[in-house]
This record gives sequence, structure tokens and C-alpha cells, in this order.
Amino acid sequence: MSLWALRGLRNGVVTTKWPKRPDGYADGWRGPAVVQNQDVAEPVGLGELCPTGAISAGAGASTRAVRLDQGRCILCGRCAEARPDVFAWSAGATGSDAAALTREGLVLPHLPEDDEAIGAARARLRERTAALRRSVHVRHVDGGSDGSEEWEVQALLGPVYDIHRLGVFFTASPRHADVLLVTGAGSAGMAGPLRATYEAMPDPRVVIAAGADAVSGGLLSAGLNSAGPNSAGPDSAGPDSAGPDGGSATVMGGVSGIVPVDVWVPGSPPSPFGILNALLIAVGRLADDWKGAR
Amino acid sequence: MTLPASETGAAELWEKLAARIAAGDRFAGLFAALRSPHSGDAAAGAALVLSAHVAAGAGIDTMQVALPPGAAGYPALTPLVGAAFWYERVIHDQFGVVPRGHPRLAPLVLHGSAEDHALPRHVAGYGMFTIPHGPVRSGVMESIEYLVETPGEAIPHLNMRVFYKHRGIEKRFEGMSAADGVLLAERAEGIASVAHALAYCHAIERIAGCSPPELAGLVRVLHAELERIANHVDVAAKLADAAGLAVAAARFAVHKERVLRLVSGLCGSRFGRGVVVPGGVSARPRMSPGALLTELGRLEKAVMADADSLMATSSFLDRLRTTGPLTPARAREHGALGPIGRASGFSADARTERPYDAYPSLGLLPVRAHETGDALARLAVRWDEVVQSFDLLRRVARELAGTAAGELAGTDGGGATAAACEPAAGRAAGWAEAPQGEVLYDVTLEDGRISRCHPRSASFHNLVLMHDVFAGDILTDFPFIEASFGLSVAGVAL
Repeated sequence: MSLWALRGLRNGVVTTKWPKRPDGYADGWRGPAVVQNQDVAEPVGLGELCPTGAISAGAGASTRAVRLDQGRCILCGRCAEARPDVFAWSAGATGSDAAALTREGLVLPHLPEDDEAIGAARARLRERTAALRRSVHVRHVDGGSDGSEEWEVQALLGPVYDIHRLGVFFTASPRHADVLLVTGAGSAGMAGPLRATYEAMPDPRVVIAAGADAVSGGLLSAGLNSAGPNSAGPDSAGPDSAGPDGGSATVMGGVSGIVPVDVWVPGSPPSPFGILNALLIAVGRLADDWKGAR
Repeated sequence: MTLPASETGAAELWEKLAARIAAGDRFAGLFAALRSPHSGDAAAGAALVLSAHVAAGAGIDTMQVALPPGAAGYPALTPLVGAAFWYERVIHDQFGVVPRGHPRLAPLVLHGSAEDHALPRHVAGYGMFTIPHGPVRSGVMESIEYLVETPGEAIPHLNMRVFYKHRGIEKRFEGMSAADGVLLAERAEGIASVAHALAYCHAIERIAGCSPPELAGLVRVLHAELERIANHVDVAAKLADAAGLAVAAARFAVHKERVLRLVSGLCGSRFGRGVVVPGGVSARPRMSPGALLTELGRLEKAVMADADSLMATSSFLDRLRTTGPLTPARAREHGALGPIGRASGFSADARTERPYDAYPSLGLLPVRAHETGDALARLAVRWDEVVQSFDLLRRVARELAGTAAGELAGTDGGGATAAACEPAAGRAAGWAEAPQGEVLYDVTLEDGRISRCHPRSASFHNLVLMHDVFAGDILTDFPFIEASFGLSVAGVAL
């Protein structure tokens, strides 16, 4: 018989101090791609770099020619590799830049009207979540994920991230839940159970879409090499030979068609710090860090 | 290749297949695809081609038969080869073609009608009731529904509904380029990203006739074995959690996080995504072999010390011993993959039987077989594999240090990490040993694009065995049995 209680003391405290103190691993994280230079003389072919159609180049006649939808980015890194003059990895899964309060907020760089909408969404969310800021109960639902997202959510319950120290708890019953944390692209089979879970929650409730799959469907819904974030629809590539196994028809483009999403988290999968960050943003706990951007 | 287009062809083929399996070969999969009319008789319409895969010795043989165009059914394979049970249900879901004589043709990966989903009652008797458990389950879990038929404690029958997560992965592959396909393969079963990418790339490389450079083979083994350790430690954490050993569960969770952080330190992704590409790997590890060896040493010491303690905690062992036994006969008959098979005396390990990448040169030996087949044996097999993985990883790190490329780790100069791989057309099978067992990909390319790709995860092949392991086990054994299987639902309902 081994004394597990004593073994548990062996390594001292392994828990991160974030968000009180910065964490080297959180900030050294490789995040979704960003546009570091949108004034490209020859934007031709930039859109084709992305396997999920996250990049739109020169389509809009606005001043910002190259835009990138982080909600579609699956972190394959092809754009940053092929055109390091235009694209780069973002650093850090935490802070105000790592999750958005509107879907458009993930499309970089922002347009002026996006910033207005984000401000309004933030004010509305703040009002709703004022009462549950210090004690939050979360219900997780897998809406058709690849399985890796669950690992990253489970990591939050371990000693390293330990969300209990922040007053955040996972609950089995949607009746006790304040936050609905959804992973996965929104498969047809999970649409009903997901909706039922949302409806079983009391108001006020907040929905987080965690990961590129939950935000946009990611690689599952995107048209290969399509023109950009606004034009990419369900893909019908290939001969229509699989009968009722309608592939992309099975998967919707993210979970926002099933439940109303408040916080959008990029990443494929999103890192534990990214999900933790989104949970705190959802209940206004990082409000003081919100300066500008989104 | 001309195919006999007749139903008797199917019956004859099944006879041959059953004879081979009786002689010791292993059933590895049954897939269906429509052969486009232009490659055959355009006027007759598309024919459904059934491809059965058989693992025999050093290769995977594909036996196929074309059904007549417009055929509504064919004689089922399941009565002869029981392992085809779920495969034929998937084919029925996808194409509507009826395997005649199939014992239970309910929808598996697609929604059926409302009647199909009325609570099934397979066991009748006084006080029997059904507990529907899922798809939204307590805790952070993947979506699956278990229908537990019980008189209160015992579980005389268990039924599973896996269709909730069906994402249409097979269909999504169609039309993708060979280079893009690997991104989707990594997302077919996220906790075995590397193994799926490997199996896919092996098929692509077989079509293109290229082989990855030696350095790439080492980096592939590096990530595949780290993925194995992360998965096995995760299983240990879940088993400890089920037994209420909070400290043990927490410690294994810390070890798992350390493994994932090591992986992200090596490649930037916690799941090794983006490493494996057709022809090799995308880059060298970002960590020097020396630093890798140091971290591996620390990690192994920490993991194995807790593993030894866990395997000496009698209150824990009592919960696992004789729990969820899979008989060796059933394991052999089904061709149970991975640790589940190895715990029941059936050893199918793609790394030793059909070695790939750097495994042949590293000299991997099969792990010790266990015969008891219970949850404890499955955990013991996992620890044996973890020990073996650390040993392999140390050898990989030393090899990396020995190569010139090792000195250049982290820079862009030096030896190649990938061979040119530009496949045009063809069909091949590829495999890799995931932590859950063998992953099999059957890829067909036309004009450099995927026309059909069947991924078959070990989770899909093995999960059906959950039907057969509740011998006298009760409701409180359920989490142990589920955790000891260590499967991913995403890989089941592709």
C-alpha cells in the first residue's frame, strides 16, 4: 500500500499563477496566424495558401486588402511558411487577443464597424454576467469534435491549470450551469442534444464555441482553396458518389447555427490556456485587461 | 484490374476470406466505394465495389468484388466473419445496400428513423429496465450513448449508439490534394493525430513509390511514441479517477501535461500536428537531442515511479482484477487490436509485423502477451508499452544526436526532412500502430486528388467488443471498463 497523500506532496506546487502573473508557456504558445502586413503589392494567390479558405486577398475594395479569419485557421502554418512577409504566427493563447466576442472579431485586421459591434457585445455580456462573476459553473458538450478538444478541456481540471482556484467548476447538470462550453463542428447527431442542453440552462447563460471546428467547422466545412472567409461554404468537392453519406452536409459550419454563441475561441484544438482565457472573458473577469482591440 | 460483377462473386469471396481467417489471417476491414462509370461500362451505371482487407504476415491484402450496377443487396459477410458486424452496418448506412443475413442491421453512423431509436430491450424479465447514458454525459467526455439494460446492478446487455459524432470524414477527403489530406487525417481521431497522419502518408508514399529519408523516419517514431505515452498515461489517470484515487489521478494528469508540453516544445503543436507530411516530416525537432534525452529521463522516472505505486495499491487493483474480461477466443476471433488484444493473448502490432519508418532499424520486440484479458491486464500491457516507448525514444534521441542533422537541429540548413512525393494516381493501403491499435487507411488517388479514402481507426474496430466484456460486472465497473479500453469516439463515428 503506497501513501498517495505523501506522493502528492513530492513536486510542490505545479499550478500556474496565470492570470495573476504571466505564464511562460501560455505566452510562448503558437496561436493562429495573423496578417502582419496587409499592404501587399501582389496579393494574387494568397487565398490559395490556406486549406480552409481563411485568407481573403484583395476581394474587398477597402483599404485593408489582406484579411485572415482566425476562426477558420487550423494552425497548419502554410501561409507563414510560404509568405513570411505577409503572415506570421500569433504568440500567446491568453489576453484580450485570444478570443473574440463577435464572429467578425476573429477576422483580422478589424474593420471600424467590427470594433463598434464588439464594444456593444461586450457591454451586453457584462450586464448579463455581473451576477456570476466569482462563481461559475460550466457544462461542456462535445458537438462533434475530433477528441483532442476534450483532452484540452480535461487539462483544466488537472493540477497544472486547476480552474477551481478561480471559482470555476464543471457541472454535470445543465440546470446548475452558467456557461455552456461547446467543442466540435456541430454534427447533425449532436444538434438536438446540444440544443436541449442549452434550453435546460437557466438565464443568464453564456455560450463559448471552443476551437476552429466549433467556430466555423474548420477543415470539415471549409471549401478547399475557396476565395475567402465570406465566400467559403459547404464543400461539394469530388464526385457525388457516396449516396446518403453526405459528408459535409453532415457537418454544419460550427455550432452557432444550433446555439447562440457569445465567445469565440480560435485554435485547432484551442490550448488549455486559450479555453481558460475564454472562460474568464465570458464572465467579465478579464475586463480590466480589455484595452482596445476586441 | 477486371472484377467479377456478380453477387455470387461476393459469396465466393466471403468463403475464401473466411477460410483465410480460419487459417490464421486477421480481418482488418471491409469498405465500399462506388466505381465511377467511366472506368467501366458507362451505360450500366456505377457499380459498388466491396473491398475486404486481410492482414497476413508482412502485408495487407485487399480482396474486392463488384456488385452488379443497381444491386439492392448482397449476401452478408458477418455470419461467416463476425468482425464485419459494424463494417457492414456502415456500408448499409452509406449506400443503402442490404447485406442479406446480417444479424442486426440498425443504423450505426447515421441517424435512423424514430422507431430505430426507441429504447431497445434485448433482455426481458421482472424488474429489467434500460438506463440511457449519453450522449451528453457527466464530466468532460466525448459524445456517445450507452444503453445499459439492467435489473439494478448487473449488466446483462449493453448497446451503443455512436452516430452522434459522425462528421462525414470519408466524404470530406474526396477531392482533396494528397498534401491537404494529411491535415484531415490528423483530425479524424485527434488523440491519435500522429498515427492517423502516418497511416495516411504511408498509403500516399506507397502510391508515389517514394520513401522518407532516415531522419524523417526517426522524427516520426519520436512523435508516434510520445503520443502513445500520453494516451496510456491518460488511461491511467482515468482509471485512478474512477477508483477515487484523487492524488494518483492528479499526478498522472501532471505527467500527461508534461508529455504534451514536450511534444509542443518539439514541434509547436501539443498533438504533433503538422509534423508528418507525405514523403517525410515538415521540420526537424526544435529541441536538441541532448535536451530531449534529459527531459525523457526525468519524465520516465516520474511516470514509472507513480505507475509502480499504482500497481501496488491494492484497493485500486481490486477494482480492475477480473473486471471486463475479454476472452482470448473472442479476441482472436475478432482480431482485437492494440492493448485490448495484447491483454487477451492476441498480439497484432503493426510496428513489429509490418514495420515502417525507423522501427526496423530500432529493433522493436513484441511486448509480453497477457492472457487474463481483464482491465488489469490491459493496464499492465499499457505500462509495458510505456517502458518500451521510453526505451525507443532514448534510442531515437541518440540516433538524432549521431546524425549531422542533430547538430543542426532548429536551423534550416542541412539534410533533407522529406523526399519528393508527388503521387498521380493509384490505390494503396497504409497502416500505423496508434496507442489504441492499428490504424488502416485505404486511399485511392486520381489525377493527384483523393477520389476515395477510408480511414479505419482501432477505436472503430475495438469498440464493438464492449458488448462482450460485461461478464458479471455491475454498474460501478462501467467506468473502469470504458477507461481500460482507452478508445476515442471521434475515431469510431468518422
